Amino acid sequence: MNLPEMPEMPVDAWGWVVLVSLLIGGCFVFVGSFGLLRLNNTMARMHAPSKATTVGVGGVLIASIFYFYGVVDEPYRVFPAQDLLIVFFLFLTAPVSAHFMAKAYLHKHSPQESDLPQPHNGSGWATFKSRA
Amino acid sequence: MIQLAILFCYIAVCLSLLMNIWRLYIGPNVVDRIMAADTLVINSIVLLILYGIQTKSTMYFETALLLAMFSFISTVAYCRFLMRGDIIE
Repeated sequence: MNLPEMPEMPVDAWGWVVLVSLLIGGCFVFVGSFGLLRLNNTMARMHAPSKATTVGVGGVLIASIFYFYGVVDEPYRVFPAQDLLIVFFLFLTAPVSAHFMAKAYLHKHSPQESDLPQPHNGSGWATFKSRA
Repeated sequence: MIQLAILFCYIAVCLSLLMNIWRLYIGPNVVDRIMAADTLVINSIVLLILYGIQTKSTMYFETALLLAMFSFISTVAYCRFLMRGDIIE
């Protein structure tokens, strides 16, 4: 399959991009899971994997895109469109699932609604309305 | 050089998987366990991508996409069930 030529860069430069993205990705994946293990309450633990692991997955996927498009030898060279799809999908769904988990936690184990700050328009907290 | 970086990432991801399994085991409440399972699937996506880079095969990327979708849907379903007592009302 014929692909357009990569922009003019020395061959090793794409290798360095892949290398740095892989290292950043590995470090952030580790930091995210370490935060999930070591932080001290559930709301704090929620934020470690939902941010750091997203960056980690993004780094590894960017490394794989550049590897298959710029570094690997000719018979294997493709543009991995699945990787772009995974990046978009994870970046869209990580905040949504973190929000769902935060709402479930508030719903199951929260202080009373009177201990929380009230919204300005007097509408209350929707997650407490559903419990009543 | 890239092989060394892939090896480093393998070690980091495997340690992360162990930590996630430990959190899944000790998690004091159910939301922690949902979160640990979600992160476990995301880390296994990273493991699949790394294996794809190492073997120069793009076949595993579709598996990774399916895993990402299943992880999101199962997390949302668990949380819906906790919040509402039902998944599709």
